Amino acid sequence: MAEIERVGEIIEASTTGFTAQCYELYQMPPLGSLVKTGDSAAELYGIVYNATTTSLEPGRRPIARGKDEDSEEAIYRSSPQLAKLLRSEFGALVVGYKEGDRLYQHLPPQPARIHGFVYQCSPDELKDFGKSFDFLNIILNAHLPVPGEELVAASLRRMSQAHEDRRAFLVAAGKELAILLSGNLNQLNAILGRIKL
Amino acid sequence: MTERLGIVVSGSLNKGVEVRLDSSASIEDMAVGRFVTIEGEKRRFFGMITDVSLGVTDPNLTLTPPDVSDPFIAEVLAGTSTFGTLHVSPSLVIGGDAAAILEGPQPVKTIPSHFSAVKLSTQEDVELVFGTEDEKRFFIGNPLDMEVKLCLNLEELVKRSNGIFGKSGTGKTFLTRILLIGMLQKSQAVNLVFDMHNEYGWAGTREGGPPVKALKQLFASRVAVFTLDEENSRHRGVSTDGVVRIGYDEIEPEDITLLRQTLNLTDLAVEAVHQLYRKFGRNWIQDTLGLKGAEELPEGLNIHEGTLLNLQRGLATIRRLPFIEPHSPVNAVKAILEHLDRGINVVLEFGRYRDITAYILVANMLSRRIYDQYQSRVEKADAAAKESLKPRPLVITIEEAHKFLNPEVAGQTIFGKIAREMRKYNVTLLVIDQRPSGIDSEVMSQMGTKITCLLDNDRDIDSVLAGVPGRNELKSVLAKLAAKQQALIFGHAVPMPVAFQPREYGSAESYRGFAPQKDAEEEIEKLWD
Repeated sequence: MAEIERVGEIIEASTTGFTAQCYELYQMPPLGSLVKTGDSAAELYGIVYNATTTSLEPGRRPIARGKDEDSEEAIYRSSPQLAKLLRSEFGALVVGYKEGDRLYQHLPPQPARIHGFVYQCSPDELKDFGKSFDFLNIILNAHLPVPGEELVAASLRRMSQAHEDRRAFLVAAGKELAILLSGNLNQLNAILGRIKL
Repeated sequence: MTERLGIVVSGSLNKGVEVRLDSSASIEDMAVGRFVTIEGEKRRFFGMITDVSLGVTDPNLTLTPPDVSDPFIAEVLAGTSTFGTLHVSPSLVIGGDAAAILEGPQPVKTIPSHFSAVKLSTQEDVELVFGTEDEKRFFIGNPLDMEVKLCLNLEELVKRSNGIFGKSGTGKTFLTRILLIGMLQKSQAVNLVFDMHNEYGWAGTREGGPPVKALKQLFASRVAVFTLDEENSRHRGVSTDGVVRIGYDEIEPEDITLLRQTLNLTDLAVEAVHQLYRKFGRNWIQDTLGLKGAEELPEGLNIHEGTLLNLQRGLATIRRLPFIEPHSPVNAVKAILEHLDRGINVVLEFGRYRDITAYILVANMLSRRIYDQYQSRVEKADAAAKESLKPRPLVITIEEAHKFLNPEVAGQTIFGKIAREMRKYNVTLLVIDQRPSGIDSEVMSQMGTKITCLLDNDRDIDSVLAGVPGRNELKSVLAKLAAKQQALIFGHAVPMPVAFQPREYGSAESYRGFAPQKDAEEEIEKLWD
């Protein structure tokens, strides 16, 4: 089994989601990717919905430094402390958990723990998770800073990459969405427009 | 292979059930008239697709249609936001327990529960409902879009009068020929066919093809061909078993009553016929035609000059018919009855005399006399309480039936009487017609089984379907039948209405299918004797 990529550590957690800080600046997982945390007893799955890079100290805002530099990289080279003064974080929406061998696509009984390690899911796990589309309902009903349809589309696009037949997977997901969004044609059209190949 | 089509989503016993199609089933593959099975929780229902429609979950979808030029979007929406619905009228049900299975399919008294699966019927389903080919059942064709034999219980069929309807050129004659062969093979009944267009005796015509074999060629020993036009039959190479001639003295006033419309007679003229008959007796036609005017009328007859002229003109038309003679040497009725008694089916060819006057006159005259014979025989058998004395059941086939059975004359003709009395005297009718609306509604309602090819006139469709349960649904099926070789059968002899494609007729193979194997073997044996 390929080594699982560790992408961060949890610094804030609730039943519906968690926030994790990346170890390296700008090394956050892409929007919509499936991440997991927890131990072998219970693994929590989350979908990355937001990522931020801010100053380490809330009161100290970064200032523009590149007036005399040729490129962006040069700014970081001439001010190496920047990598330590800034931090990258990402938020994940909890969409399911695994207990033993069973995968559930609903909210877990316990939230994630602070300092829990967060890992990127492997293609096999993505495939396994994509067998059911119950998680789409959680995303559509969550109150998030990003539009729900963007997140649904992004997560489906990423998940489809793990499948040999991407189109069949997306059609199946689209059909599920058509049922979920039977009363909201505009949202459905927006998502379908974003996931079509 | 049982392909699931969809699930029941709503419905009522009266109006039938709505079936939502699965996304895997294409609405374009559905067709009204198809036979489907619904697997209920405890029972299986059999029904027919009577309507097909499109549905959407969100009415906005119809106002702002999505971009279906994109195959992905089209595929996602098919079966989810947009879907097809079928309207199915269930007509039979079979229970799941052993007793119910033995009892066989029963008429529906309820409908399947929500979300019952709907499938295309399989061969077993069709055989369960319509039975398999046996000594009573005859293979008449395939249900629409199915490769299954649809069988008809001919023993049941001949117990009532039946009708075959359809526009001209829709295959009524072929269908009739198939049914006649079926009756000949599978039932006790004998047929008397009044063959106006010489289609059933020796050979029949086929559009755009060589002639097809008819009854006599296939079943030589069981069919006799009589003709009114010997010369024409000889020309066509038909071996006839008898020639029918009609004498003036055999024509009775009732025969003229029926011809009132075709001969253009007034009511008074018809009235006068009865007076003349009473006065002149058997020779009344010749005597009447011999009169030079009203003043020559014998004492006691009060007939107006104009009426007499009108009548004479009509009678002259009859006299011009070549098969009419002053006195006929052969008794046609007796000869035909002898054949029928021996179980030999009789086809009466009209040769060149396809004129409706000739047809009505002859068919009515012969039928009335044969019916009288049957009636007295049955009454005698009843009096003696001996079933064995009863004559064989007789089926009389008439074409252009609306001329005999229209509301004005149905009360007076023998055919109206046969149709209404049903099988009391062992005589029933097989009525072939293209204008069923012209037939008396009382007669129509008495018909046991009706087989109808395409009809496009609303009045015709209404009259064929009058009094049939679920007629609105059947109407849509009937109106959508193909112009050729598709028919809808419903009524007494079939457990449920079904649209079907009549079996093939005309190829060497089809003849082999009709001719019983046994006969062929016997014939070969005879060759060696």
